[in-house]
Amino acid sequence: MFYREAGDFKTSYAEDNQTFPIKFDRYRYYVVLAVAVLIVPFVINDYWANSLLIPFLIYAIAAIGLNILVGYCGQVSLGTGGFMAVGAYSTYKLMTAFPWMDMVSVTLLSGLITALVGVLFGLPSLRIKGFYLAVATLAAQFFLVWLFNRVPWFYNYSASGQINAPERTMFGMAVTGPNAEVWVKYLFCLFFVVLLAWLARNLTRGSIGRQWMAIRDMDIAAEIIGVNPLRAKLTAFAISSFFVGVAGALLFSVYLGAVEVGEAYGINKSFLVLFMIIIGGLGSIFGAFAGAAFMMLLPVFLKIVGVDMMGWPADIVAHFQLVIVGALIIFFLVVEPHGLAQLWRLAKEKLRLWPFPY
Amino acid sequence: MKRLATMALAGVMAAGPAMAELVIPDLHYRTGPYAAGGIPFSDGYQDYFNLLNARDGGIGGEEIRIIGCETAYNTERGVECYESTKGEGSLVYQPLSTGITYQLIPRTTADEIPLHTMGYGRTSASNGEVFEWVFNYPANYWDGASVIINYLLDQNDGSLEGKDIALLYHNSAYGREPIRTLEILSEQHGFELSTLPVDHPGQEQGNQWLQIRRQQPDFVIMWGWGVMNQVAVQEAANIRYPMDQFIGNWWAGAEHDAIPAGAASDGYLSLNMNVLGDLPVFDEIRAHVHENGMAAGEGNNVGTVLYTRGMYAAMLAAEAIRTAQEIHGVSEITPSMMRDGMEALEITEERMEELGMPGVGPAFEVTCANHGGPGMGRIQQWNAADQEWVTLTDFIAPDDSVIQPLVEEDSMAFAEENDIELRDCSM
Repeated sequence: MFYREAGDFKTSYAEDNQTFPIKFDRYRYYVVLAVAVLIVPFVINDYWANSLLIPFLIYAIAAIGLNILVGYCGQVSLGTGGFMAVGAYSTYKLMTAFPWMDMVSVTLLSGLITALVGVLFGLPSLRIKGFYLAVATLAAQFFLVWLFNRVPWFYNYSASGQINAPERTMFGMAVTGPNAEVWVKYLFCLFFVVLLAWLARNLTRGSIGRQWMAIRDMDIAAEIIGVNPLRAKLTAFAISSFFVGVAGALLFSVYLGAVEVGEAYGINKSFLVLFMIIIGGLGSIFGAFAGAAFMMLLPVFLKIVGVDMMGWPADIVAHFQLVIVGALIIFFLVVEPHGLAQLWRLAKEKLRLWPFPY
Repeated sequence: MKRLATMALAGVMAAGPAMAELVIPDLHYRTGPYAAGGIPFSDGYQDYFNLLNARDGGIGGEEIRIIGCETAYNTERGVECYESTKGEGSLVYQPLSTGITYQLIPRTTADEIPLHTMGYGRTSASNGEVFEWVFNYPANYWDGASVIINYLLDQNDGSLEGKDIALLYHNSAYGREPIRTLEILSEQHGFELSTLPVDHPGQEQGNQWLQIRRQQPDFVIMWGWGVMNQVAVQEAANIRYPMDQFIGNWWAGAEHDAIPAGAASDGYLSLNMNVLGDLPVFDEIRAHVHENGMAAGEGNNVGTVLYTRGMYAAMLAAEAIRTAQEIHGVSEITPSMMRDGMEALEITEERMEELGMPGVGPAFEVTCANHGGPGMGRIQQWNAADQEWVTLTDFIAPDDSVIQPLVEEDSMAFAEENDIELRDCSM
């Protein structure tokens, strides 16, 4: 009824090319944004922010980043955790070396440093594909974690080998450190999410995005029609790593505050982000959000249902979580390889024809 | 009608005080590669509070409510657990993880909730002038390292000159803790120190033991936890490293660490901060808690090393609650009253005897400046034939002349980094 193109006339190319061609979608987008910016900061408490919203926003950035590489460009990567660690350690070194620098610059610079590292580890992708590339990125994961553990310069020679985010303020409000208000942290992360999601959306539907998808679908054919694989693959690695680096930086500076590399940025993190985009949907920005939300919500949901309502022992519920995530991944790979995003797409399609489907 | 109202009112009045309770969060880990240590500790922790509820109706007439939360020894999950439980009026956090402790130190300080890291966590937190809300009595890692060296000194006629000591450690904030202390001690006593990190979770140690085999150090000290301990004992047995020259710290000295290696693990040494064997309080736990079907977990860990330590941690918390109730004259205490209670805590031999656990730990007193306790530890040895630990020594004191300056230096650096104003403890 409301969800349809009919009556929504486009009179320019710009309008014809917009992200949300349906009026209802457009308004919904602005409503979601308005709620996120104008209402949520006033109502969130510590618990909701710290256990759900802030990690969701941060992992959404990481998932978008990985989705650019895996979903749009078709280059499998298992090095996400390692690249997030690069972002985190860059942030730490920048924060401690230049205490006057504001957090937005620090975070963006960390993203750039990660992009450089990503390009470096992306070079093998020019010669190897598929499984072999996955193994090469896996090597990056282990190498980077080993490096940050091994070289004391990265953690400023602290005795514990941990990195701690000192307090930094923006507009007189603490953004990092234990005294930061949750709504400040939330808005800080939201700023990056909106900015980067907008950037990713527009990159993926522009010429670079089309080159990535051409490479993904058939690299030889892409080369024949004039796509430079070197440029396409390395830009995908660079931009993807930039996103992942920003996510790693925020995870360290805003969310965790103190980090031990092997634990916070281990192989598990790579898999977590990969699961997010598999469940959410490969090659979709919305899928990255859906996957991140799903993977963040599931443990909390299971805990509330299992432990608080049913009174089961906490360890059984924790084990169940592993079983459920595993089963879901198999389910999605078999039944719906395009993930939650595809379900959303189908739902929208149905909605457009409702109430008179043909 | 009127009578009904009166009855309802009486019901509310009766229910009112019963609603008030002492909230104890238990950030346990019963899953993952560290569950072998996490389960008995958590069982002991919960069973003791359940005993107090069942036998005495709580502490000072106030029921204790335990909130469990599974962390899987993962710092992110630990933070999530902390955030989800702190709003319930939690009195004290004991996360049993050095990684989570580092996350919680700034958070608990900002939220003004006490954090007790018994024998783990950040060692320099024993300086109460800097760390107002963090306690790590009765002992910490630097004490542990010093106790081991003191024991070795004792065994080697007072000199370790020219000896070769290897530290096999969990490559994390936990395992790195003793390195500074050992480096200073190696300069002081003239032994050679080499460090061998083992990465999380610790199943792969082939390289490290190959190096030990080549290097043949006189002693191997281990800072391990979880599955790493069993693997290390097995690897040591494989290369026939003499077990009585292999010393674990107090988190590497439980039954389940040595049993898998079978007879080959005979003679393995480790630190402990508690007493071994049966205590009168265990019978009470069996009678009041287990027989009523309230046992935490499977209920089969009573009396194991880590169960005793978990129960000991619960006892220290319960005694601190009692002290806080006495100081403030109310039974329903707040986290900041709890802090006062922890700072005024005094554990005597008589009190431990009264509680049915004579000599379970050292007698000590916490003060405003010293949140760390005496730091004593004892050495125990594994008897593989009987599958039990045997106490070798009495409590050994650490070398405070080495530890104190280190604590001072590290805590002052922390204070400076975080703009903390020192508390005045002279009053």
